[in-house]
Amino acid sequence: MKRYFDYYTSMMKFSVMEQWQYPVANYFYMIGMLAEPVIYMVVWSAVANQQGGTVGGYTPGSLAAYYIVWTLVRQMNIAFTPYGWEWRIRQGRLSMSLLRPIHPLHEDVAFFAGWKVVMIILWIPLALALSLIFKPDLHPTLLEGVVFFVAIWMAYLIRTITLSLLGMVTFWTTRVSALFELYFAAELILSGRLVPLSLMPEAVQKAAWFFPFRWAFGYPIEVLVGNMPTNDLFIGLGMQFAWVFFGVVVVSQIWKVAIRRFSAVGG
Amino acid sequence: MPSVISISKLAKHYQVPEREAGLKAAAKGLFKRTYKTVKAVDGISFEIQPGEVVGFLGPNGAGKTTTLKMLSGLLHPTSGGASVLDYEPAKRPHDYLRQITLVMGNRNQLSWDLPALDSFDLQRAIYGIPTEDFKRTRDEFIELLDLKELVQKPVRNLSLGERMKMEIVGALLHKPKILFLDEPTLGLDVTMQKRIRTFVAEYNKRYGATVLLTSHYMADVEALCKRVIVIHHGQLLFDGDLAALVEKFSAFKTVGFTLDNPATDLSQYGDVVSIDGSRVTMRVPKEKASAVTSRLLNDLAVDDLTVEAAPIEDVIESVFSVKKEAME
Repeated sequence: MKRYFDYYTSMMKFSVMEQWQYPVANYFYMIGMLAEPVIYMVVWSAVANQQGGTVGGYTPGSLAAYYIVWTLVRQMNIAFTPYGWEWRIRQGRLSMSLLRPIHPLHEDVAFFAGWKVVMIILWIPLALALSLIFKPDLHPTLLEGVVFFVAIWMAYLIRTITLSLLGMVTFWTTRVSALFELYFAAELILSGRLVPLSLMPEAVQKAAWFFPFRWAFGYPIEVLVGNMPTNDLFIGLGMQFAWVFFGVVVVSQIWKVAIRRFSAVGG
Repeated sequence: MPSVISISKLAKHYQVPEREAGLKAAAKGLFKRTYKTVKAVDGISFEIQPGEVVGFLGPNGAGKTTTLKMLSGLLHPTSGGASVLDYEPAKRPHDYLRQITLVMGNRNQLSWDLPALDSFDLQRAIYGIPTEDFKRTRDEFIELLDLKELVQKPVRNLSLGERMKMEIVGALLHKPKILFLDEPTLGLDVTMQKRIRTFVAEYNKRYGATVLLTSHYMADVEALCKRVIVIHHGQLLFDGDLAALVEKFSAFKTVGFTLDNPATDLSQYGDVVSIDGSRVTMRVPKEKASAVTSRLLNDLAVDDLTVEAAPIEDVIESVFSVKKEAME
């Protein structure tokens, strides 16, 4: 356990140092990612205003809060994509990772966790600017704040696990991008990324419970802005833990089969 | 002494899809694919004793890298068995990975953007090296490879040779007992190649490590390896002392001498390889070398006569051609 702690802190430190080499590039990357939530926010605020000030219970202020928190959650749940898996296999990077006495997924989790430290620091001024422009209606309680803090890290783990499962398809075919596009479409609809799930048809809301997307995206946002009953806060955390546990079991089983197929095509 | 590396009838076969060129063949391939079996490694066996430095030779595509990848646990063999330090490499136990390293000349594990010192520290955490041990080993290697002035520069600002030296330090910080070196001097200039060879030899001497080395630079092999294993088309062609290989497969000797009049017709003595001023180099069949040198000394006014074994490159080439004929 001590060794893993040392590894995680060292890798996170390493990642922070690497990312600070390119703060401007990281900033531009983040600004590029803001376009998506800002468009959603403007559109839904206009809809709310046209409908007398609310849409599905959301006011322009609460929509602003939703999408500003969205930007933080989005930074938090960035994980190694299947494109990255393709890249690292072709470049021979996975071979290098496999030679180390530590599972490559630990490397992914630790590296991106360190990256997030940099991204959150860079995110703060942007969030302040968005708040000044869109005036979010956000009043979280201490409990919501604490649950949110846990939930965003769990969301990160769930998304890492699901994307790793997709990434491992590269052991069977080196063209996994098509599957990722499918994943992305499902995530858009079932996660609360496109629109708060409460504005979706009831069937979609029910379906969202049974997929990992909501727990990796919409749930942490709802914790902070949705005025959820305390019971629901903890049910959500329970769902996140369950997905992480289930995901780790599935990943480890598939990994055992997948690694036998590894042909080290990239070196 | 029990061997540290023992492989028996080790094989790695790939199923590779193949089709003819053209749209019709592409459309046909959608419904019916045909596969060809490529035997990258085809049932090789050998054993290596602790502390040995063995050259693993063969032309491109011979199966050298595939073998090293199987031995380091990256690839699962199709059949046969491998045992390294009493571990089965394909299972990749962490205790095994802590005792080996695989250095590939065209791969890197250091961060491009950070000084190598930061990557070294990450290696410490990955391998769980005690801090004091880590510092001692790191400083020792930095001194051996004369890297003190370079370790604080971002890796992207280093030359290819300097980067390779850093890669080797990074790969050996955990003091592995087994080194799989795949073209470690690839693309480096002569000075840098020599430096790396000296370092590998020193590491082998200090830590008693076992080294399996592939290289297309015969100077690497001559300087480091007493024993060589030669493979071609995935099959083992030769396993033994480098000197025995030269003796067995060298059909020619190189005879050099200085001659006042190099324009003299020398065809009756052997093949003239080069004439540099008054210095002549000839290639003479091995069994005729003594007779030819006697005749040269009797017939002509030659000075500084030398007789040397054929360059190792030529010897290896003759191994491939002799065995190829035998296989055909």
